[in-house]
Amino acid sequence: MQRIPQQLIPLIIMIVAIIGSLITARTLLVPDSFGDLGHYRADNTGEVAALELSYAGAHVCADCHDDISETKRDSHHSGVACESCHGPALAHTEAPDEFIPDAPRGRDGCLLCHGYNPARPSGFPQILPGQHNPTKACLICHAPHDPQLPHTAEDCSACHREISNRKQVSHHSSVACTECHKATDEHRASPRIVRAEKPRKAEVCGNCHARGADSSREIPRIDMDTHGGRYICWDCHYPHFPETNL
Amino acid sequence: METVIANIASAIPGTTGYIYPNEFELHWSLLIVIYPYLTGLVAGAFILASLERVFKVHEITPVYRLSLVTALAFLIVAPMPLLAHLGHPERNYEMFLTPNTSSAMAMFGFVYAWYLLGVLLLELWLDYRRDIVKWSNEKTGIARYFYKFSTLGATDISPKAIEFDEKASRFITIVGVPSAFLLHGYVGFIFGSVKANPWWSSVLMPIVFLFSAIVSGIALMILVYMISTMFRWKKMDMACLNKLASFLLYAMLVDFTLEALDFIHRLYESEESITILSEMISNRLFISLIVAQIILGSLAPLVGIIMAKMGKVPDEMKRMLYFISALLVQVGIFSTRWNVVIGGQLFSKSLRGLTVYKLELFGLEGLFMAITLLIAPVIILYILVKLFPPWMDKPELDVAAAKEAVAPAKETE
Amino acid sequence: MKNNKPQMARREFLENCTRKLPGFFLLFSSLNTANILAANENDDYDHSAHEYAMGVSIHKCIGCGRCADACKRENKVPREGHYYRTWIERYIIPADGEAIVDSPDGGIHGFPEVKTGGDVLRSFFVPKLCNHCANAPCVQVCPVGATYSTEDGVVLVDDTYCVGCRYCIQACPYGARYLHPEKHVADKCTFCYHRITKGLLPACVEVCPTQARIFGEIGKRSSPLNRFARFNDITVLKPALNTKPKVYYAGADGEVR
Repeated sequence: MQRIPQQLIPLIIMIVAIIGSLITARTLLVPDSFGDLGHYRADNTGEVAALELSYAGAHVCADCHDDISETKRDSHHSGVACESCHGPALAHTEAPDEFIPDAPRGRDGCLLCHGYNPARPSGFPQILPGQHNPTKACLICHAPHDPQLPHTAEDCSACHREISNRKQVSHHSSVACTECHKATDEHRASPRIVRAEKPRKAEVCGNCHARGADSSREIPRIDMDTHGGRYICWDCHYPHFPETNL
Repeated sequence: METVIANIASAIPGTTGYIYPNEFELHWSLLIVIYPYLTGLVAGAFILASLERVFKVHEITPVYRLSLVTALAFLIVAPMPLLAHLGHPERNYEMFLTPNTSSAMAMFGFVYAWYLLGVLLLELWLDYRRDIVKWSNEKTGIARYFYKFSTLGATDISPKAIEFDEKASRFITIVGVPSAFLLHGYVGFIFGSVKANPWWSSVLMPIVFLFSAIVSGIALMILVYMISTMFRWKKMDMACLNKLASFLLYAMLVDFTLEALDFIHRLYESEESITILSEMISNRLFISLIVAQIILGSLAPLVGIIMAKMGKVPDEMKRMLYFISALLVQVGIFSTRWNVVIGGQLFSKSLRGLTVYKLELFGLEGLFMAITLLIAPVIILYILVKLFPPWMDKPELDVAAAKEAVAPAKETE
Repeated sequence: MKNNKPQMARREFLENCTRKLPGFFLLFSSLNTANILAANENDDYDHSAHEYAMGVSIHKCIGCGRCADACKRENKVPREGHYYRTWIERYIIPADGEAIVDSPDGGIHGFPEVKTGGDVLRSFFVPKLCNHCANAPCVQVCPVGATYSTEDGVVLVDDTYCVGCRYCIQACPYGARYLHPEKHVADKCTFCYHRITKGLLPACVEVCPTQARIFGEIGKRSSPLNRFARFNDITVLKPALNTKPKVYYAGADGEVR
């Protein structure tokens, strides 16, 4: 009969002890809900879901501030949530008198969106803070819940600042926007719904650049019939910043 | 345009271009450089020992046990940097209890435990068992109890039992070689499998890690053997040293070729990330990659060893060249780890900018902690060597014995 | 056999009616009453009945940074240091040379003007956040199962279980994760899980003044996300990595990464 070598006995005992302690540790230390839904502690999902809120959500504000919410609903700021400007306000809904949310009255808050930044999408209303009544608070002229321009924007740059800046330093600086675009009052009032008209035909450029056009002598001329082939002018030339040498 | 980029970058000192806002902090610090460095030494030293046992390279018998003890000393420290860098070190047991099977890192605890308990300690114990039993009878006082305890009750040293020890030990070494490959190849996989990071993501990573581990392990054993022999006033076994140097040379050639392959492959494929990676190499990693890793850490020791091997060099000079080369190899391999771990975090995953690594001095992840962790294995090795002398000198090289004319009983074959 | 079939069908139909009618009733009632009601009915919330996702319309983003600010407030993200669950990047594409990208303070305080010196072709803002990938590399690499995908498709971090090894931070291709400086655990966007499970919008979506961020559910025809996907060319970030993000971008430039 083959006897187990003596040195294997302590080793076997140790292996059993290690595996045993691992199994006991697993039953004792692994959280109860671990593995219920996947390789994680399922209870954590509930814990994260139960975290405290700070922002109440716009519809809650409307419950009490129905007048403001109604005004805002039809305004240019209809898509701006109350808490975008006033900050988190759940505490205010729970204790209206104790916690008063921010009511920004300076210029900084407005400029976060409406200060000129060339990376902003074209058509978004922007001002140059240094030139646009630098000492006045925005509130004096514009009601934040129903922002209106005090007078209809005579200058397209109110919204199309980036294009206007470009054009200003180009050969087209003296050409008015309306020379090529038709911008109705409706467009000024609701710019997203009524779009400004863009030129469709090469003749618009031809008014100045055609061979026989009645315009200043320095303006470069082309033969409208042969120049460009089947391309239309702005396929190659950027009208707001036309190139100097062809 | 250049000035603009410089302006943007100047907002945060040291960074250039654009990095994601969460990337300013480097998450894997110097400690994570030390971790693969240490495991590499362990794997390398073990593989060296296996050469003697499995492949019967008898020239290196003098370093056989020493390699195993060194591997153990470094293995004990290897998980410390990992532990110290955790945000919650006290939760480390979760890795054993709920390892995520899809995570490359989750297996670390098991690979480590297997290697420490299943391979290294077991092999050492079987190897030393006869001596331990002997010491438990010879020594007195506390030492006696220590060795008694170390026998684990297995005091049978009959020829049959010893024969079993040797058989089992050989079997464990054979299992141990793939285990050592696993230990360090796996560390490479932790990095190589991160697809988000083009500097890490490479199939060659585990293999490069493995060969650099072998290189560093052999170089370490050259150093440990030379220093320990010096302090013991013994003559060095030149046959053993020459053999070690040869293995170091072969391993380095393979390692260097693999790394060059990886490098050329990246350059040739020239993927999206190549611009930022080249910028990183020429700006941030020039010293640590080009100078320390390639020139000082690879080319210089290659030249050194080839010179010692080719030329008709006196033994004294050979030892000098081996020693310096082995030291340089350590510098090189440490730089390799640095370049992988820190380099992989110096560029933004937006591939648009570089950040900087600010080394802390104090604190859990600082320089002093790192130095402590690098010295610790040496101290452990000293203690282990004192407790379990691994010397397997050939009697004719025993200078001290010749002087005292009494060979100490413990220095048995 | 033949006689059996119509009978079965009739029974099935009746069963379907009894099962589905209350559902219809619930649907209408929830449409009529405000979302607050849903907030109070949190106990009835069925995690498996949702799959959340977000749409980001780059043409609409004005870079005001309200989303990044609201996120910090709602989720108590540290203000000191660089920790962002969401942030906004500005891209400036010059006529010649490399794109210039920046995100000062994550865009919370706006974007100071940059003098480019050369001609700029185009410029735009890109809001970024955790993509809640369906094939999330962070979930794959977490060694202990502390980060995971919920049944409703949100990737969360269990801050009582995370060991802080930061492997997930390394594995995230989008830089969406950070180590919380006080909790010492990985932290990131939760899609405001505590809000969406109560029927509210994530804070960033709530405060976005131009509706550049659209929040909704995949596979629900009445979800705003459905309309977003219908009217836009959709891309995700770094699609080659096969992470299958659930944050969809409309109008994302090739330079965005």
